[in-house]
Amino acid sequence: MRSEKPLVEMRHITKTFGSIVANSDANLDIYSGEILAILGENGSGKTTLMNMLAGIYFPDSGHIFINGEEAVIASPKDAFSYGIGMIHQHFKLVNVLSAAENIALGLKDEGRFNIKKTVEKIKELCDRYGFELDPYEKIYNMSVSQKQTVEIIKALYRGADILILDEPTAVLTPQETGKLFNVLRNMKNEGKAVVIITHKMNEVEELSDRVVVLRKGKDVGSKFTKDTNAEEMSSMLVGHPVNLEIDHPVPEDPRPRIIVNHLTVRNMEGLLKLDNVSFTINSGEILGVAGISGNGQKELLEAIAGLQPTEEGSIRYIDDDGSEQELIGKDPLEIQNLGVSLSFVPEDRLGMGLVGSMDITNNMMLRSYRNGRSMFLDETKPRDLAGNVVDELEVKTPSLETPVRNLSGGNVQKVLVGREISSAPTVLLTAYAVRGLDINSSYMIYDLINKQKKQGVAVVYVGEDLDVLIELSDRILVLCDGKVSGILRGGEADKRRIGLMMTKLGGGTADE
Amino acid sequence: MNNKHTPLFHIRKRGMLKWYQVWKIRLIAILLALIVDAVITTLVTGLNPIDVYATIFKGSFGTPRKFWVMMQNVAIMLCVSIAITPAYKMRFWNVGGEGQILIGALVSAACMILLGNKLPSWLIIVLSFMLSTLAGAIWAFIPAFFKAKWNTNETLFTLMMNYVATQLVAFFIIKWEVPKGAGKIGIINQSTESGWLPTIFDNKYLLNILIVFVLTILVHIYLRYSKHGYELSVVGESERTARYIGLNVEKVIMRTLLLSGALCGIAGFLLVAGTNHTVTTTIAGGRGFTAVMVAWLANFKPLGMIITSFLIIFMDRGAGDISSNFGLNASFSDIITGIILFFIIASEFFIRYEIVWRKKENKEEPVQEAPIDETAKATLDEADGKEE
Repeated sequence: MRSEKPLVEMRHITKTFGSIVANSDANLDIYSGEILAILGENGSGKTTLMNMLAGIYFPDSGHIFINGEEAVIASPKDAFSYGIGMIHQHFKLVNVLSAAENIALGLKDEGRFNIKKTVEKIKELCDRYGFELDPYEKIYNMSVSQKQTVEIIKALYRGADILILDEPTAVLTPQETGKLFNVLRNMKNEGKAVVIITHKMNEVEELSDRVVVLRKGKDVGSKFTKDTNAEEMSSMLVGHPVNLEIDHPVPEDPRPRIIVNHLTVRNMEGLLKLDNVSFTINSGEILGVAGISGNGQKELLEAIAGLQPTEEGSIRYIDDDGSEQELIGKDPLEIQNLGVSLSFVPEDRLGMGLVGSMDITNNMMLRSYRNGRSMFLDETKPRDLAGNVVDELEVKTPSLETPVRNLSGGNVQKVLVGREISSAPTVLLTAYAVRGLDINSSYMIYDLINKQKKQGVAVVYVGEDLDVLIELSDRILVLCDGKVSGILRGGEADKRRIGLMMTKLGGGTADE
Repeated sequence: MNNKHTPLFHIRKRGMLKWYQVWKIRLIAILLALIVDAVITTLVTGLNPIDVYATIFKGSFGTPRKFWVMMQNVAIMLCVSIAITPAYKMRFWNVGGEGQILIGALVSAACMILLGNKLPSWLIIVLSFMLSTLAGAIWAFIPAFFKAKWNTNETLFTLMMNYVATQLVAFFIIKWEVPKGAGKIGIINQSTESGWLPTIFDNKYLLNILIVFVLTILVHIYLRYSKHGYELSVVGESERTARYIGLNVEKVIMRTLLLSGALCGIAGFLLVAGTNHTVTTTIAGGRGFTAVMVAWLANFKPLGMIITSFLIIFMDRGAGDISSNFGLNASFSDIITGIILFFIIASEFFIRYEIVWRKKENKEEPVQEAPIDETAKATLDEADGKEE
């Protein structure tokens, strides 16, 4: 099955971006007939290393050998000629074209373009590997998982023997993930080399034959998956042993903090995004929100935060003294002026939560710069806060004056979360708080959220990793197509059931 | 299979450079531009480039008068540059500086003409200053209002406002022309100097220059230290972030453009009351557009614009002098300035990126230490051989 000699050898690869070293002296072997998992924290250089194989970047130094011969891959075209295809995290498809048109795009065939021939070849590929795809379907009508299928077929259509997938499961439901894994196994059995970039330990264990761990841009170990385990891998990842338990304190004296009733929201295009949603957020509790992305999570949080115009329903905030405030129809500033201390960690960190070109200090005062009557900014307090956040949350930054967009994803998130919890909120809304974060940073964020919970904060945690949702949440609200598919107690929820509820309303029987 | 050679060169992002490294690159760019200019001058005109450069220098520094005229020009350029900066920092592409200056200039001229014999000079100055400021502010506010309310395209809108302003000025020139049929207004209040900015320390330009200098400092403080300045940077960077923190984006857009237009109006006032004492349709002289370049080269930092506006004016005046002194076509000075500007702008690329050339000797790289298998090593040596 697995080839004797490596199909691809990367030797002493170094790549820098300005002063940032993405890869230094990294080595990697890829064998055909094997699924290789590349495991690494954020900024460990996994994606950069693979991008050099796919022709997106060119290494500063080092050599790549394919079938034992030195290869120069200066463009994605070169990569295709070596049979390398990469499926990026952000799909590169033309929305208004059909699947078949996207797949054939950019290929030079003899004679006139014949869509029927393309479709036949696509169907053949689908049968061979077990994809489900309608080649005539337009991209804008497709779900994320279908789009991913198009991307994979696009690579295979071009004759890829080496398929690289960058965090392919980040946007999939458990069921879709299962299907994808089956397809990938079929490809392996056909003798293709499959590489998946991931930081999810369970996927490595479930799917891969071999795992290579990258740390700080360098390969620190290669193991056959059957010979290793999660603990060993995570200590290789981080460089020291880590505790993979998520704390789950029992909620103390939970009381309703926000009551959402019959909330209905349409987006700018008039599409129904939330449909008659009702639930309660309690103080001292973590309410997990599960759902396939784009099923109303964003609108739900933004409606509570005062950023999303609503059509119907009410969102009532209940203070400690029992007084009630209606939040609908108020903008974030008005909500703040009501004395409601509401913190919001949005999904789009640099596009919404922070200003990328500003430094940490300036980002710290985004919410508080209005304080005081002076028309000038007071930078001393924000600078102190910035210093504290950097120290306490171990933000890795050259200085407080570094623009936050130059920080890595995990550090950006720490800055944002640090600011949001610094105002001692009573409600904390988080959207995909650990998306793209490495193990260390993720666990730090879980800790911070738990700490807030213990202080009596009502926490909403919109997440995508169901294991984490189950461990962390006291209750889990499952959204499906803008409706509440069910609310489960954290303890009694299981992954399969939530998965079903995410795709089908009710998904069986729901509690409460 | 494929080409086995590494590409001849590739482009790589640089890290943050120290400020002196940045200026080193810029200086090299200017030097290179001067060399290219010299070659072209000799080839095209047969003149000695050293003479030409000496003339450029003399054009700006030759006599005290030339020096002060240049400084006056720098001041107006700087005034327009700091004027458009708040809008550009907010990513509001205001190309209507020209029209806002014109309107300011027109209102100043109107005050001088209509009130010339009725009010004391100082009062006319105060009134025309205030009214031109207001006029410029209104001229910029109109597109800002439409942008804020209906998200119209500010570039087209402000551009169109320039033509409206030009036509307005043209209309009033015919209305007020002296003498009838001359098609121009001529120097206003030449005998009484009513409404003219006064001469201080025997220097008629100094007051202009001082006013602009103070304004530059104020704009610097506004952008860097005030809450308003902070807000407009947030809006410019990301409107979604601005809404997230509860900013009224519409208000910030309109407020900022009022300021931007007001400063352009002041530039118009300085042109009419300070130097020209008349108004023409070309009084803005393209400064509304040149200012964009001046501001951008200084990275929208008002204090940096003191240098960049000086640079642009210095070259412009020098180039003007060579065409008259050597009897060359005026286009030739444009060629000279064009080349210099091209090099300065291109140098920004080299501040951000560097070019890495293929190494001549691949063997210098630590290939030997690597435990690569024999076939690979053989191929590598082969590749090296071919290259030589």
